[in-house]
Amino acid sequence: MSNRTIKVDFLARVEGEGGLYVQIKGQRVSSVKLKIFEPPRFFEAFLRGRKFSEAPDITARICGICPVAYQMSACHAVENALGVTVLGPLRDLRRLLYCGEWIESHALHIYMLHAPDFLGYESVVQMAQHSPDTVKRGLRLKKIGNQIMTLLGGREIHPVNVRVGGFYKAPTKQELREMIDDLEWALDAALETVRWTASFSFPSFERDYEFVSLRHPSEYPLNEGRLVSNKGLNIPVAEYDQHFVEEHIPHSNALHSTLKARGAYFVGPLARYNLNFERLSPVAQEAARAAGLSPVCTNPFQSIIVRAVEIVHACQEALDVIDRYEAPQKPFVEAGPRASTGFGCTEAPRGILYHRYRLDADGSILDAKIVPPTSQNQKSIEADLWQFVDAHIETPQEDLEWQCEQMIRNYDPCISCATHFLRLKLDRE
Amino acid sequence: MNAESAWRLIVGIGNLYRRDDAVGIAIVRRLRPRVPADVRVVEETGEGTRLVEVWRGASSVILIDAVQSGAPPGTIHRLDARTQQIPAEWFRCSSHAFSLAQAIELGRALDQLPQRVVLYGIEGLNFEAGEALSRPVEMAIDAVVSQVLGEIGGQISTR
Repeated sequence: MSNRTIKVDFLARVEGEGGLYVQIKGQRVSSVKLKIFEPPRFFEAFLRGRKFSEAPDITARICGICPVAYQMSACHAVENALGVTVLGPLRDLRRLLYCGEWIESHALHIYMLHAPDFLGYESVVQMAQHSPDTVKRGLRLKKIGNQIMTLLGGREIHPVNVRVGGFYKAPTKQELREMIDDLEWALDAALETVRWTASFSFPSFERDYEFVSLRHPSEYPLNEGRLVSNKGLNIPVAEYDQHFVEEHIPHSNALHSTLKARGAYFVGPLARYNLNFERLSPVAQEAARAAGLSPVCTNPFQSIIVRAVEIVHACQEALDVIDRYEAPQKPFVEAGPRASTGFGCTEAPRGILYHRYRLDADGSILDAKIVPPTSQNQKSIEADLWQFVDAHIETPQEDLEWQCEQMIRNYDPCISCATHFLRLKLDRE
Repeated sequence: MNAESAWRLIVGIGNLYRRDDAVGIAIVRRLRPRVPADVRVVEETGEGTRLVEVWRGASSVILIDAVQSGAPPGTIHRLDARTQQIPAEWFRCSSHAFSLAQAIELGRALDQLPQRVVLYGIEGLNFEAGEALSRPVEMAIDAVVSQVLGEIGGQISTR
């Protein structure tokens, strides 16, 4: 075996938009280059001069899969700037909305994209021909997540009901209660998803990661918390820019995010799980244990099980919110403009999503910064591929291609907001 | 299916902030006030599994999206997905992700495709982040609107 190249193209409509290239010289990897296209750069410019109240709606359009994450980070950052705190049923409704997005996004990734990799199917279409009921379970689970998003967000794909301070309209108790039967079904389906994914066989792989996620005093992190890591990071969100930096990388038009002190880090379900296991609902903890997962999981391939555990948690949390919900007197908290800077970070399905806004006295946005989870994981994806390919250099070409793609999918790189779809090609010289 | 529950669907697919990618949305916004009562018009981002849900129960669906096949910008493609293969490479996703082409295949595999599935693909030029459509793409809108109106009007005709 001499020189060869593994190419993973993020096949996009814009040529040269993105891709991943692994070069092998002799028996060693000599280079790994990840290129990712990032719409947030465009949106940061687009937001300048707009009113603070427009930030949630505009940023929601960055991503068709996780609009809620963008809305939530935007709301929290603007509210932080304006000194507004959202509590009680409004805060609960936000958590419920976010649960809907986690269920939708995780079900999509597990069933439609990642599971076929593990089961040797070329795609979910082939999987549907062999196991239609499994695929239908995934679709229904995803749909229930979408239904929550529609009920609270007003629309599924670009929710319009979210505003700074809360919602334009809050649902009635009865409207939420009508979700209970579906959510109970979803909880069972999620538990089945944990068992199903745990039965897959996993390539053995470990690396010394720095996992980064939010951590809240009592909740599994969604909307709030401090930024923590397994290597000592423990900061309020407002200090993000002091600890994280985005670097221009010559081979990519996107920015790579790193921790100033230690470099690459890892965000997403695996990071949240490892840093917050005891905050998971008891039913989710039990499901994880029964599936053979310990409270710390360092094999990124097993992130598919962790995603399923998070669906269990999200279903239970949604049911808990609905159970205690009493419609608020007013669907939002008033927020008036003032010159200030605000910081917000929430847990998108794929990991932390950071927003920062500087506002003038009239409430116009002077500048905005948006750091999506996928750009934060880029360096870890590169490092994983480097180590994995080095260790499996003798693996037959086709298998190695398959496993590289499966490995990239461990991070659920956002198909809409940070990368486009990936196609993998391996050339031998 | 009885007459009461029979409904048809038009789906405009695209992203308003990806220039020519928005053409599917622009077209359905023009169509919406002009369609017969049994036709529902929706806007989608093109995420495949949503499409499988959205067209469930419809007797027919017309999908309108920007494509990249290499034809001159503004070219209008019309395909019958029941009888023709939808080229996966026209869309921004490959066979490894979840595109419109794959949504149709998934619908077929699960026996969840409407009886009639027609795709209008408008050849795009510029898919970068931004708002305005390219001129040739903009110019194609009227033609697609009339073609689709002709098509759905013909279907409801009792003569």
